[in-house]
Parts: sequence; C-alpha cells; structure tokens
Amino acid sequence: MSAQATAAVPSPDVWRASQVRRRWSGWLFYGLAVVSTLMGLVMLGALLFDIFTDGARQVDWHFLSNYPSRIADNAGLRSALLGSLWMLAFTAIIAFPLGVGAAIYLEEYAPDNWLTRFIQLNIANLAGVPSIVYGLLGLGLFVRWLALGRVVLAGSMTMALLILPLIIVASREAIRAVPDSLREGSYALGATRWQMVRQTVLPSAAGGILTGTILALARAIGETAPLITIGALTYVAFDPNGPLDIFTVLPIQIFNWVSLPQKEFHSLAAGGIVVLLVVLLTANSLAVYLRYRMQRRLQ
Amino acid sequence: MNNWRSAPRAQPTADAAAHQPDGFELASSRRDSLRRKLVERSVHAVLFLCAVISILTTTGIVITLLGETIQFFGEVPIVDFLTGTRWTPLFASKSFGVLPLVNGTIVVALVAIVVAVPIGLLTAIFLSEFAPARLRSVVKPVLEVLAGIPTVVYGYFALQFVTPILRDIFPQTQIFNVASAGIVMGFMILPMMASISEDSLRAVPSDLRQGAYALGATKFEVVSRVVVPGALSGILAAIILSISRAIGETMIVAIAAGLQPQMGFDLLRSMETMTAYIVQVSLGDTPQGGIEFRTIFAVGTLLFVMTLVMNLLSDLLVRRYREAYE
Repeated sequence: MSAQATAAVPSPDVWRASQVRRRWSGWLFYGLAVVSTLMGLVMLGALLFDIFTDGARQVDWHFLSNYPSRIADNAGLRSALLGSLWMLAFTAIIAFPLGVGAAIYLEEYAPDNWLTRFIQLNIANLAGVPSIVYGLLGLGLFVRWLALGRVVLAGSMTMALLILPLIIVASREAIRAVPDSLREGSYALGATRWQMVRQTVLPSAAGGILTGTILALARAIGETAPLITIGALTYVAFDPNGPLDIFTVLPIQIFNWVSLPQKEFHSLAAGGIVVLLVVLLTANSLAVYLRYRMQRRLQ
Repeated sequence: MNNWRSAPRAQPTADAAAHQPDGFELASSRRDSLRRKLVERSVHAVLFLCAVISILTTTGIVITLLGETIQFFGEVPIVDFLTGTRWTPLFASKSFGVLPLVNGTIVVALVAIVVAVPIGLLTAIFLSEFAPARLRSVVKPVLEVLAGIPTVVYGYFALQFVTPILRDIFPQTQIFNVASAGIVMGFMILPMMASISEDSLRAVPSDLRQGAYALGATKFEVVSRVVVPGALSGILAAIILSISRAIGETMIVAIAAGLQPQMGFDLLRSMETMTAYIVQVSLGDTPQGGIEFRTIFAVGTLLFVMTLVMNLLSDLLVRRYREAYE
C-alpha cells in the first residue's frame, strides 16, 4: 500500500492518528455494549435484592393462612392465594383445550386460504393487545352481558382469552417440530388424519405444548390489570369456594398493599411479591425441566 | 401404549372386501368406516371452532368497546374528546378532553423508550456480534427473566426503590412521578427490544460482514456501517413494538406515576396515563352505566386503536426485512 502512495493518500501522521481513533472508538463501543448488557442484569439483581430484603421476613405460615386485615400485623394472603388458585384452575381448563385445538387446526388441518391467513394475522395481533383491553372485554362480555358478576369464572374466561395466543403460538411450534416422516409412517399404517394426530403428533409434541402452557399460565398468575377492570375485589376476608364466588388474586392484594400510605403495608406487599415470585419461579423451572426431558427423549 | 389396539381396526375394510365377502363382516366394516368418517368430520369442525375463537375475541373486543364508546360520543362530541385539554370526568364540573391522559401516556412511553432502545440495542449487538456462544446462552435466559416478572412487582420497585433515589438527587421530585415509572418500564421492555433486535442482527448474512472486514474495516465499523443498517427495519419494528408495549402497560404507572391528569413534560411530577385512568375508575365506586363509567371504554378504544396501528406497522416492517435476505 505505502509503496503506491499518491497525493490522495494521507500523510503517515494523519493515517496513524486515524488508526488510533478507529481503535479507540472500537474499544469504546465494546465497552458501551458490555456496560449495557450488564445494566439489564444489575437491574434484575437490584430488584430481586430489594424485594427479598424487604419481604422475606414477612413470609411465614401466619402470613399465608390469615385473611387481609386493617391491622398490618394480622394481615395475610389466604384469600388472595385461594383466589389465584381457583382463577388459575379454570383458566387452564378453558384455555388449554381451546389453544391446543386451534394449534392443531392451523398446523394439521387448515387449507392455505384467506380465512387461515386472517386467523393467523388475528392471533398475532391479539398477542399485542394491551392486557387492560382484555379486562374491558371481560367486563362487557362476561360480567355484564352474560351477567356472571365479578366472579372467579368471569376472571378465568378473561384470562383464558388473554393467554390463548401464547398457548397457540407455543403449541404450533411444538407441532411443527414433529418430523413429517412420523406423519407419513402413521398414514402408511392406514390411520385417518385424526388418528395420526392423536397417536403420533400429539405424543411427540406434548413436551413443547405443556411447556408453552405452563409459561402462559405463569403469565396469568402475574396479571393484575384485567382482573381489576372486571371488578375483582381488593379486600376479601373469606374463602372463595368455587367458580361463582367473588374473589381477589395475589397481584391485586399486592397492589392494594402498595397503594396504602402506611409503611407496614409496603413490607406486606414485598412479602406478597416474594410469594408470587416463588410461585412463578417454580412454574418456570418446571417448564424448563419438562423441555429438557422432552428434548432428551426425542434425541 | 394401548394405542395399538385401536389402530389395527382401521385395516379390515380392504381385507374383508378382498377375501371374505361375508355379509356380516361387510356390514360391520361399512358401519365402521361410516363411524370413522363421522369422527373425522366432527373433530375437524371442533378444531376449526377453536381456531375461530380468536376471530370471535377480536370481534368481541371491537363490539364491546365500540358499543359503549358510541353511546359516550352521543353525549360528548368526539372533537371535544380528542382535542380538549381538561380531563375531569369524576368532578362536579365535568370536562372530557382526553389530551392530558394521552400526554401522560406518551411522556411515560418516551422515558421508557429512551431507556430501553439504546440499552436494548447495545445488548443485542453485544449478544449477536461480540459474546461467545457460551456467555450468550447464559445471559439471554437471565435477561428473559426480566420479561417474566409481573408488572405489579415493577410498580413496587419503581415506587419503593427508584423514586427514593430520584428524590435524593432531585429533591423537588414528587412521590408519584413519571421518571421513575418510565425508567422501570424501560427495563421491563428491554428484553423484548433486545431479543427482536438480536434476531434481525443475526439475519444479516455473514458474507456482508466478511466483505467489510476484507476491505479493512474494524469490528466497530462493520457493526455500525454494515450490520446495523442491514438490520434497520427489524430494529425499527422492535422500537415500535416497544412503544406499543409501553403505551399499554398498566400496573407500573398506576402504582408509581400517580393519578393526576395534566399536560406538560415535567418528568419529576405526577401524571395520569390512559391505562392508569381505567384502573382508577375500575377501583372506585363510580356507578356502572353512567357517563363517568363509559369514559373508560372511550379511553380503552383510543388505547386499542393506538396499539393496533403500531403492532400492524411493526408486523409490516418485520415482514419486509425477511423478504430482503431470503
């Protein structure tokens, strides 16, 4: 290069300076990228640390088994925990079959036409609708129009619609991952389409479907806004005993405690968050474990 | 697996017809195949209905929102709603100008974007261009944890951890303020921003990178002049999706940003967003059926339209960059 130096090529000094500048900007950029990545991790660490130092000592049997109370020392999570469990159970019962059914239809049955494409576009868009809009839907459709009132079932149906796109997308991916050779083998043995799906595709895709469903249900446990909108209560001092009882859930109870001005209640909120995070962590670990086991079995 | 028991039943149709034209066998196999056809048809129909639920959901959202909103606009002129700068539907002297809520929503979303976009993009660049595979496989799932934390938890964190820090630095900060909610919301949407950007960075073919290296470019120059421009439409899609997520986010703002609808850009003051207003009315004792209660559907419609437009736009962008390289 230097041998062919012409008037257009900068002098060695200028060239060296530009080399130094280029090297430095490279290091600077690398540093920025590392720092940015660390910031996300540090924030996560700060959040978990803050919450566990505030809340861990709140969590004991007394806290889990008492009803909420105006006196912070007596307050507990009992009704919120039970409400979350009831809500979750019915959400799963409604959303799981619908989501898996829709996924099977789209992957194994749907013809390639405008209706199918419309359904797919629709599911993609539903995944982006703010959760509070689902709350307005639940309020208009289930609480008022079906006249269910502010009960567990109305909450579950709202939540089921909210997580349906998640279950459908995850299940479709799991079904798509089943190799076609299995399908053809099943057909070759004389199976009809449904026999093929039921005996070949679903057993192979079960791990992925289950993992996706657990993650979707984890999302439902943590959602607050739609349930506030349909009118779930913030103060419940009795056990909800079925789908037609009024209820509250864990995140709403936490929200209620955070919104109170007294400091004692903020500690209670942190305690509630610890319980909520432990539940979510368990669900997520279960999902990861299932995925790992299924991957090993397929290999 | 006892599946084997039902599978062989499928075969007798052909066999029986071939070497045993016995009347009884024939009738039973015909009944069998008729039954199977019926099962197939009904399964198909049921599965189709499951898929159609998604269309019904969208229809339900539109009808619920529009029904109440049209009634609302029967009492409040739509122009007043969209251009008014005073939002006091719960007061004795009522005004229905939604702009303060829109203002609050946009300001919070802007703060979140200012946090999430640079950090998310740089994280994506680090993960896709710099990090060794093993480091990436650890960092990525840990960052995903941020996306799985319930928003009410972020709200607590904003109010109890970030706000006190802000008040130490800027003493005039109000307890409920936009900055704290926006910053925390930025970290909530960070994983989504990073993960979509990373996907589009990885979609840039490595030929382009190698070509640039061959011309003597440094890593920084390859990333900033080849990879990022090549992934631009995907990155834009990620930004739009992040804005849409920030606008629809509810619990962080309801807890940490306060309930005072007002115009302006003072980040250290309290503002009310559209979503926080819906929560406020839902929690209160506003009687259902009145004009006050109907406001939440009008606000919800506006929110739905805003996020829908942005989601469609980002969908369009993602599709475009996919076509560019495949």
